[in-house]
Amino acid sequence: MTESTAGESVATQTPTKEALLSAQGLQKHFPITKGLLKRQVAAVKAVDGIDFDVYKGETLGLVGESGCGKSTTGRLITRLAEPTAGKIMFDGKDISHLGTGAMRPFRRDMQMIFQDPFSSLNPRHTVGTIVGAPFHIQGVKTPHGVKRAVQDLLKLVGLNPEHYNRYPHEFSGGQRQRIGIARTLALKPKLIIADEPVSALDVSIQAQVVNLLEDLQNELGLTYVVIAHDLSVVRHISDRVAVMYLGKIVEIADRESLYSNPRHPYTVALMSAVPVPNPRRREANQRQRVLLTGDVPSPIDPPTGCRFRTRCWKAQDICATTEPPLVVREGDAPGHQTACHFPVADNEEVAGRTAAA
Amino acid sequence: MVAYIIRRLFGAVLTLLIVSMITFGIFYLVPRWAGGTANDLASRYVGRTANPEQVAEAAHGLGLDKPFFVQYWDWLQAIFVGRDFAFGATQAHCPAPCLGYSFIGRNPVLPDILDRLPVTASLAFGAAIIWVIFGVATGVVSALKRGSIFDRAAMGIALGGVSLPIFWTGLVSLVIFSYTLHWTKPGGAYTPIEQNPGEWAYSLLLPWITLALLFSAAYARLTRAGMLETMGEDYIRTARAKGLRERTVVTKHGLRAALTPIATIFGLDVGLLMGGAVLTESTFSLPGIGKYAIDAINANDMPKVMGFVIFAAGFVVIANLIVDVVYAVIDPRVRLA
Amino acid sequence: MPAPDAFLDVRDLRIHFPTDDGLVKSVDGLTFSLARGKTLGIVGESGSGKSVTSLGILGLHNKRNARVSGEISLDGTDIVNADPETVRKMRGRRMAMIFQDPLSAMHPYYTVGHQIIEAYRVHNNVSKAVAKKHAIDMLGRVGIPQPNRRVDDYPHQFSGGMRQRAMIAMALSCDPELLIADEPTTALDVTVQAQILDLMRDLQQEFNSALIIITHDLGVVAELADDVLVMYGGKCIEYGSAVTIFEEPEHPYTWGLLGSMPRLDRGVTNRLLPISGNPPSLINVPSGCAFHPRCAYEARTGGLGTTTVPELAESGRGHLVRCHMPVAERKRIWNEQVRPKLEATS
Repeated sequence: MTESTAGESVATQTPTKEALLSAQGLQKHFPITKGLLKRQVAAVKAVDGIDFDVYKGETLGLVGESGCGKSTTGRLITRLAEPTAGKIMFDGKDISHLGTGAMRPFRRDMQMIFQDPFSSLNPRHTVGTIVGAPFHIQGVKTPHGVKRAVQDLLKLVGLNPEHYNRYPHEFSGGQRQRIGIARTLALKPKLIIADEPVSALDVSIQAQVVNLLEDLQNELGLTYVVIAHDLSVVRHISDRVAVMYLGKIVEIADRESLYSNPRHPYTVALMSAVPVPNPRRREANQRQRVLLTGDVPSPIDPPTGCRFRTRCWKAQDICATTEPPLVVREGDAPGHQTACHFPVADNEEVAGRTAAA
Repeated sequence: MVAYIIRRLFGAVLTLLIVSMITFGIFYLVPRWAGGTANDLASRYVGRTANPEQVAEAAHGLGLDKPFFVQYWDWLQAIFVGRDFAFGATQAHCPAPCLGYSFIGRNPVLPDILDRLPVTASLAFGAAIIWVIFGVATGVVSALKRGSIFDRAAMGIALGGVSLPIFWTGLVSLVIFSYTLHWTKPGGAYTPIEQNPGEWAYSLLLPWITLALLFSAAYARLTRAGMLETMGEDYIRTARAKGLRERTVVTKHGLRAALTPIATIFGLDVGLLMGGAVLTESTFSLPGIGKYAIDAINANDMPKVMGFVIFAAGFVVIANLIVDVVYAVIDPRVRLA
Repeated sequence: MPAPDAFLDVRDLRIHFPTDDGLVKSVDGLTFSLARGKTLGIVGESGSGKSVTSLGILGLHNKRNARVSGEISLDGTDIVNADPETVRKMRGRRMAMIFQDPLSAMHPYYTVGHQIIEAYRVHNNVSKAVAKKHAIDMLGRVGIPQPNRRVDDYPHQFSGGMRQRAMIAMALSCDPELLIADEPTTALDVTVQAQILDLMRDLQQEFNSALIIITHDLGVVAELADDVLVMYGGKCIEYGSAVTIFEEPEHPYTWGLLGSMPRLDRGVTNRLLPISGNPPSLINVPSGCAFHPRCAYEARTGGLGTTTVPELAESGRGHLVRCHMPVAERKRIWNEQVRPKLEATS
């Protein structure tokens, strides 16, 4: 079940419905070995069968808590990891199992922005070398020379082009993240996967980088997949949002639809947990908050049926036996898919902080 | 854990096999590549007066005319079942475990080495105790008083200690303390512990201190670096925030963690020394395994050298194994992973 | 701001570190007070001096590399000039701290129980068995299931949220009157963060302790704090009740923090309104107002911003602002220019 088949008949706000990237039944299991002969006894099911499309020009947000598989998903679609099963289509071509050499031409078109601007830049290289490296690696000819191209890129991300010969340690965290972004833009990629692009930055710098990413998208027509744990940032930056839990997508929808009418109990709990910067609403927030108890179960041995059922206040017998499919529910916006047997209705009284068990 | 140890044991045996094969190759194969024949090798063991027939007979009797792998197999097999040799008319038997048979001395190698083990063990363990106490204490104080006069002086001396070769410090201290001041025993004087423990310690005092000085210096530097790192950890801040006494913070929280890597290196160092503290034993003329090896090399007695290499390698491999197991005991994160 | 019933009183606190590159003035003249049962939120970015302040209150700065001056008084006992042994005996018993990353803040070689027992026994003359019972009791109170079994586990065997609960249990083991939480939920997932904030709120009511919560997350502050202190470049630049700070902030830096933050409780804004530039280096703190190079309204100070450090002056009841702009102008800018932009949705 993919987005394109579900929402084909209905027009939505998304400008084009042409998928740039498409994941089908994507799976990544990390084997666990034991004993003398290192037999595989189990597997960490980091990503366990997910389907989604990324449309040209949009921003898809992937949210979830640590261990939900969102970063592994990012590594799969950039083919930094090879999927255990399933298919990744990029620009109409199957890249699921391409080798390093065969992936090379695709690497120009998909780039990654990393979380930590301190460790992702080689401290021994100048900014010029770092940002210019993609040109050399891919053997790209630049009309006015590499230096000029790099300086143009630095200007584009709001850095002083004269800082071409400086080293990463001479820059602040926010500036380093800009250097990282300049590097990803060097080859004019079609798709950028940003894994927690702002979470290591100071609050005031986060906003600068978020704005920069948005400006670049408008200017260069980029497509983004933004992986983040911060629901507010994801809402701000994304056109569509997918919520992951224990290796599965539990809900995916347009931003407006997801944030105003969350259907999956996990999405509801997640959003209610975000602290709201309004001290007057403190009591109200606490009353409405769904406090999940316990921890996320182990991805080695996830619960049967619906994976969220062990922490869900709406769970019934069927949730343990049958895994709910990710489908559009009646009355929901087109493309708003939820994997739940008992989705939360509008204005439903969800369990408050005491009732959740 | 058991599976882990068994797997490591397999690895240890494999390492020893590879070491023995390479050593064997160097001693028996390389001379042949250099143009030497089986007879050339054998001629060293039959005396200068032997005629070519006697040499050829010896070469055959010692198995030197067989292909390399057959020779290696014979050598390997001898460890488990023993082996017979023929020097012309004379027969010799090397009982299992046979780690080689000296064709010059006409005796099995292993008993010789085992005879000398107590000397080397005395030297290694005695020195180890001194350097651990001295080195770690210096390192801890240096780290806690970083930048102080003590720290600078200690680290300066440590730098000297690491860079001075033991044959130099050993000879100088022999000249000063034994031959001039007569405080310690001269080189070559060794009394086994079972004869007279007091004399034993007295005879080893200078070698211990000289050897320990070298290692103390290295351990002081390691401990200092480890302590500086550990004392900057978040959990040290937590320990202080709990109101623990500074002494508790340093010993229970700081030192415990800083010592883990040092325990690892300590195990390897002692293992290495057990296989013969070659330079120290030569300098002080101690009849240990290292001295044995030097003598064997000087005499060009290949089976002895071969036996020594395997014996020493065995200690290193065993030390490695123990260190890995001990590490798991010290650090619960490794134990339970 | 000085309160008669103040339990913690900090006056003109300065914490300076001499370095090879110059004097780092991490905290430079900080004054605030806090009553029992109240929560103060200290907000700031990296290098603002907020964490250095918390370590200063606990007396954890090393005399050899830090110069601490001013006054910190906890229930009348001075901490800055007291003898180290007196302060040590107060640490953990009368004032305790919760750190950001419980995995690195707990010793990896000792069980969680051992670390709580140690914290309890250093201040209470009890047997190990009694202390262990207390540790199990504390673990149960912070919501760790099966505490009598988990007490013998090592920190790495706990999940992130459980570890932070254990950390809280450790901090509360001696029933401290002042609890300082330095970014207590930053390393945690949002659902776990909600659990921990909830727990801290409940425990504070139960123990009636004074709580300082140090964070960069305005959402966390809004959830917990009665009063908020905004720090920039080692100084307090705005202080007031939580409602004042969120609804009538007057310092351009506070505006910037609010504008930098996307909010779930409002519609989506077109654009975030970040602060330009980068947080200042503490070695070369800008002259005059430390914020002036990043301030959009610097021109309105008539050059005063670059030359003179503004005073922290009262703007309304219990509302202190360190800004050269006249109060009326600040209020006007907030109401006419900044607030509408923050509330605008696309």
